[in-house]
Amino acid sequence: MTFEYAPAPESRSLVDIASSYGLFIDGEFTEPVDGGSFKTTNPATEEVLSEVSEAGADDVDRAVRAARSAYERVWGPMSGRDRAKYLFRIARLIQERSRELAVLETLDNGKPIRESRDVDLPLVAAHFFYHAGWADKLEHAGYGPDPRPIGVAAQVIPWNFPLLMLAWKIAPALACGNTVVLKPAETTPLSALAFADICRQADLPPGVVNILTGAGETGRLLVEHPGVDKVAFTGSTDVGKSIMRSAAGTSKRLTLELGGKAANVIFDDAPIDQAVEGVVNGIFFNQGHVCCAGSRLLVQESVAEEVVASLKRRLGTLRLGDPLDKNTDIGAINSAAQLARIDALVKSGEDEGADRWSAPCAIPERGWWFPPTVFTGVTQAHRIAREEIFGPVLSVLTFRTPDEAVEKANNTPYGLSAGIWTEKGSRILWMAERLRAGVVWANTFNRFDPASPFGGYKESGFGREGGVQGLGAYLTTEEGR
Amino acid sequence: MSVPSDQPKEGTSGPVDRLEVRKTYKLFIGGAFPRSESGRTYEVTSAAGVFLANAAKASRKDGRDAVLAARKAFGGWSAATAYNRGQVLYRVAEVMEGRRAQFVADVRDAEGLDDAAAGRQVDAAVDRWVWYAGWADKLAQALGSANPVAGPYFNFSIPEPTGVVAAVAPQDSSLLGLVSVIAPTIVSGNAVIVVASTLRPLPAISLAEALATSDVPAGVVNILTGDPVEIMPWLASHADVNAVDLTGIVDREVATALERDAAGTLSRVRRPEPDSDWSTDPGLSRIRSVVETKTVWHPMGV
Repeated sequence: MTFEYAPAPESRSLVDIASSYGLFIDGEFTEPVDGGSFKTTNPATEEVLSEVSEAGADDVDRAVRAARSAYERVWGPMSGRDRAKYLFRIARLIQERSRELAVLETLDNGKPIRESRDVDLPLVAAHFFYHAGWADKLEHAGYGPDPRPIGVAAQVIPWNFPLLMLAWKIAPALACGNTVVLKPAETTPLSALAFADICRQADLPPGVVNILTGAGETGRLLVEHPGVDKVAFTGSTDVGKSIMRSAAGTSKRLTLELGGKAANVIFDDAPIDQAVEGVVNGIFFNQGHVCCAGSRLLVQESVAEEVVASLKRRLGTLRLGDPLDKNTDIGAINSAAQLARIDALVKSGEDEGADRWSAPCAIPERGWWFPPTVFTGVTQAHRIAREEIFGPVLSVLTFRTPDEAVEKANNTPYGLSAGIWTEKGSRILWMAERLRAGVVWANTFNRFDPASPFGGYKESGFGREGGVQGLGAYLTTEEGR
Repeated sequence: MSVPSDQPKEGTSGPVDRLEVRKTYKLFIGGAFPRSESGRTYEVTSAAGVFLANAAKASRKDGRDAVLAARKAFGGWSAATAYNRGQVLYRVAEVMEGRRAQFVADVRDAEGLDDAAAGRQVDAAVDRWVWYAGWADKLAQALGSANPVAGPYFNFSIPEPTGVVAAVAPQDSSLLGLVSVIAPTIVSGNAVIVVASTLRPLPAISLAEALATSDVPAGVVNILTGDPVEIMPWLASHADVNAVDLTGIVDREVATALERDAAGTLSRVRRPEPDSDWSTDPGLSRIRSVVETKTVWHPMGV
């Protein structure tokens, strides 16, 4: 049975996008000194949303100086109690403006409004609220009696969760007494620029938060700036490696949250309907633009046929289309470049002999889209089973024994997340102990919370974000590290 | 142990006319004591310049063999109960204490100390094993957490060993510094390949003998002697090495190059600490630098 849904678009009138934006340095928007500008578009329509500045070397230098000055004169010496109050203010402002920010995020990113409204924005506010409370309690966090901030943090974030990644970076940094220069992704700068306005409304002292827009080169200039004490990066493993190389020989502290190729393991005793929902959420949430996406489905051989059939049936009901429509499940692919990468990897899957199935959904004429896609007959040697696709593409592999499941799940250079589906408690804990991944979801997937540390093993990077463990990334401890 | 020394030994006087039996110093890999596959050795002298021994000069192949041994040992060691690992570390302290005289002589010769000062180094090294032994079954409580997430989920975080760690022991503190690098690495379940102090390697081989006769499983600690500048690039870039501890690297440029090598597979790096004071409270920093936090979620409901 098919339900017909009437369009239910969220109003754009909540959002006021300027035709152009400068760089947010030392508390005000300024024109770039030597940089140019670039356009940011709505990936669902290819409509140009705004023109934003591209920060060059001089701009990076200005921003780092502003952050340094704010660190030394204002934010570093400030009491934890007052830092906390600023962060609580920011959390409240985000709650107040969350509908506007959700629409803005969806316009610039292409993700369904249902997700930006129900997942991204509540988590953004929660992240500031959680870390606000730490600001005056750091001596109780287990890092010694007098943990100190590190200094100026250079933070570079990706386009998949623009405002949420900003929150993951800025909230702990500020709570611990650091100041930041943050570069949002080239294709999704608008919500970070809106955050600059929230800093204004909060009366945050100038220079504590600086936002530089730009592309990869701006990011490189920022993380390599000698005035930076701490680098935090979320993005691709390749860029993470080059950042680590550039930080070699310096005293810069580094945390990296990189790619993943998570296995979602379904045992034969799992409740299939629940597991299929979890698998769908695991890989098709946010169009699969999720570093911890469950992109490899490992299903026990005896139930493989049933699971795949159920999965395809469920995917057939997903609604792909206008991200602002409240009924939409699958939004737009964030950029033409990302779509090309997904296309190329999907083609490799076909060429290498895996069986492709894509949900039969209509693709809008304008914008960048990719239908939910499942590959069966995938072997561990296939590129689609090894490389991060970062799109709505699931590779299905099978296993017979728990040992084989563990071996296949761990057979990747990545180690960000993993999923387990079984009704047997002892097996969950047995699996959780053996999976080499930073986050293990059992009978659930893609859950996030500011109190829950997130981050990877192996080539998925190092350091944690969230929880008491995440504070360590922004503190100098008694042992001088 | 009895090695020729430039200083008179206390309490070890035997028949004057007996010619002592000298020891061949070899590597410690996978619980065995092989020579370097390269067949190379180098002369080790006391602080005063007197010949002590020819130590094995480990090659890159020895390094790779050690990585294999460490990886093989990691599974069992990391799966051992924390209580068991604590007892094993404590056992090392017991065995060292029983061989105190040998370690005092080694450290005295290596570092040019008098017996009293060398004795203090050995005592501190033994005590360090005891201190870290006690951490084994407390780490998860000190570094882990139950996380109050906003939803019907049971959520907890625990520290886990990062895997195989390649370390460079301090160049100056030949025993206490070495133990201070090894113990915090293995207490959480990691396996380690450590390159001993180049000029003062003999206490490290004596430690290997203590480890071999304690209950540390083969391959959990592997000790190489030789030149870390030669061996470490192969370990830092090795795909099966998860973390690199550059504590004993003296040259800044070498350290920078090794950190770049490590970036190739995102091995965690602990940067050099040339001026460390090994007599102070080590804190948790070293343990933290070779553990990963794993967070597990499960829904709650009926």
